[in-house]
Amino acid sequence: MDITSETHSQHISRQFNQELEELKTHLMTMGGLVEQQVQQAIQALLDGDSRLAEQVSEGDHLVNEMQLKIDDECTRVLARRQPAASDLRLVLAVIRATADLERIGDEASKIARNAMTLIESGNGARGLVEVRHISEHVRKMLRDALTAFARFDTELALKVVHEDDAVDDEYGSAMRSLMTFMMEDNRAIGPVLSVMWILRALERVGDHADNLAEYVIYLVKGLDIRHMDPEQLDEDALTRKG
Amino acid sequence: MSVRGPIIDFPPEASCFDLEGLSLAYGETPALQELTLRVPRHRVTAFIGPSGCGKSTLLRALNRLHDLNESVSRRGRIRLEGQDIHAPEVAVDELRRRVGMVFQTPNPFPMSIYDNVAFGLRLRGGLTRRRRDDIVEWALSAAALWDEVKDRLRASAWSLSGGQQQRLVIARTLAVKPEVLLLDEPASALDPISTLKIEDLIRSLKGQLTLVLVTHNMQQAARVSDYTAFLQQGRLVEYAPTDTLFTNPRLARTENYITGRMA
Repeated sequence: MDITSETHSQHISRQFNQELEELKTHLMTMGGLVEQQVQQAIQALLDGDSRLAEQVSEGDHLVNEMQLKIDDECTRVLARRQPAASDLRLVLAVIRATADLERIGDEASKIARNAMTLIESGNGARGLVEVRHISEHVRKMLRDALTAFARFDTELALKVVHEDDAVDDEYGSAMRSLMTFMMEDNRAIGPVLSVMWILRALERVGDHADNLAEYVIYLVKGLDIRHMDPEQLDEDALTRKG
Repeated sequence: MSVRGPIIDFPPEASCFDLEGLSLAYGETPALQELTLRVPRHRVTAFIGPSGCGKSTLLRALNRLHDLNESVSRRGRIRLEGQDIHAPEVAVDELRRRVGMVFQTPNPFPMSIYDNVAFGLRLRGGLTRRRRDDIVEWALSAAALWDEVKDRLRASAWSLSGGQQQRLVIARTLAVKPEVLLLDEPASALDPISTLKIEDLIRSLKGQLTLVLVTHNMQQAARVSDYTAFLQQGRLVEYAPTDTLFTNPRLARTENYITGRMA
């Protein structure tokens, strides 16, 4: 059966309720932190702000610590409560989600490090229009995936899953135009490569947001849609309430 | 109260019990209402549900333990391997040999370990001593007790621990070669180690016979059973493979019960 964020917090054991609520809250806090890391890494690049880039790179350990903390809480709930059904799915979804958020954190520091290289080289880099465009797209995906998780909203989650294909297309065409720049002017190879790494990192953020959205569907519907072709999903079944 | 049909993935010929519209009442009070379900052969099926949901009543109906209670009335049919267990040609003692039962509190007879296991065999008679010894050893081994008692078969059954007594009672039931073993909260009076032994035993027996388990302990149902039926107020709410029922039940009432939520 489907669960909703309201019915999910009606445990007879108040303590258990609280433990599950805390898992969700902490995951959202981690999600917020990761969102901020990605946003600031891009901002540092576009503004040429190397201090901000450094700050992002140094902030990654906070994301890592949150992953360990939340995983630890999940282990405790599994050991002490032996959750079943939607509670079990929640704990599994949270464990999986922290892994993806942690990887998004890594991508954010990758972006920050490449931004520092670009800023230090002092060259006006090409491809920043593409970076801005794709970054807005994947940050929206990430935000929507986290909102879908918080609200147990499969409709929004499914939207994120479909968005990922669009990001992949944009990434492909951005890479092609950057390759053209490199072929035209071999002095641009260094900076363009850095931009390529940044685009690659953003594309990966999109993939992780897509994973988060898939966990929402697993959590709410009990259906594992990983490794399924988005075109073949039965959308009616995945978004139907009840 | 809506009742959806059970999800079952075994064909009718794999059924051991076949219940059809079974209703049972104690006087005017209904205990089971219109139960229709099939219990698969050589598998473990668990009945779970809150106190008073009818799960023990249902278990007892499967070997006609209610016959002695005149206030119990029944409608509907129970078939064992295709035969109506209430048909006039069915002898109750033979039915209970085929469908053995183990209760919550171990109830060994006040006699030796050996005599407990040989009790049913002596009642039936016709066995040489040698043959009887073989069956006692086989039953105690099948109940995972032989190694612990082989040197003191003549000792009183009451000298055994609670967990050993429960396994002795299972051996006593197995000695008469039943087709089905009904277990009513078989581990609820036992410590965790004895509970694990009983659970292992349940799993090891399912290749040879059909097991039906009633338990309050949902983790136990999840650990040992292949199929789980959730009952509430005498009705079957949901019946599914255990893996499905405990990870993704179809109905909100099942979800609420197994996760401990308010309805």
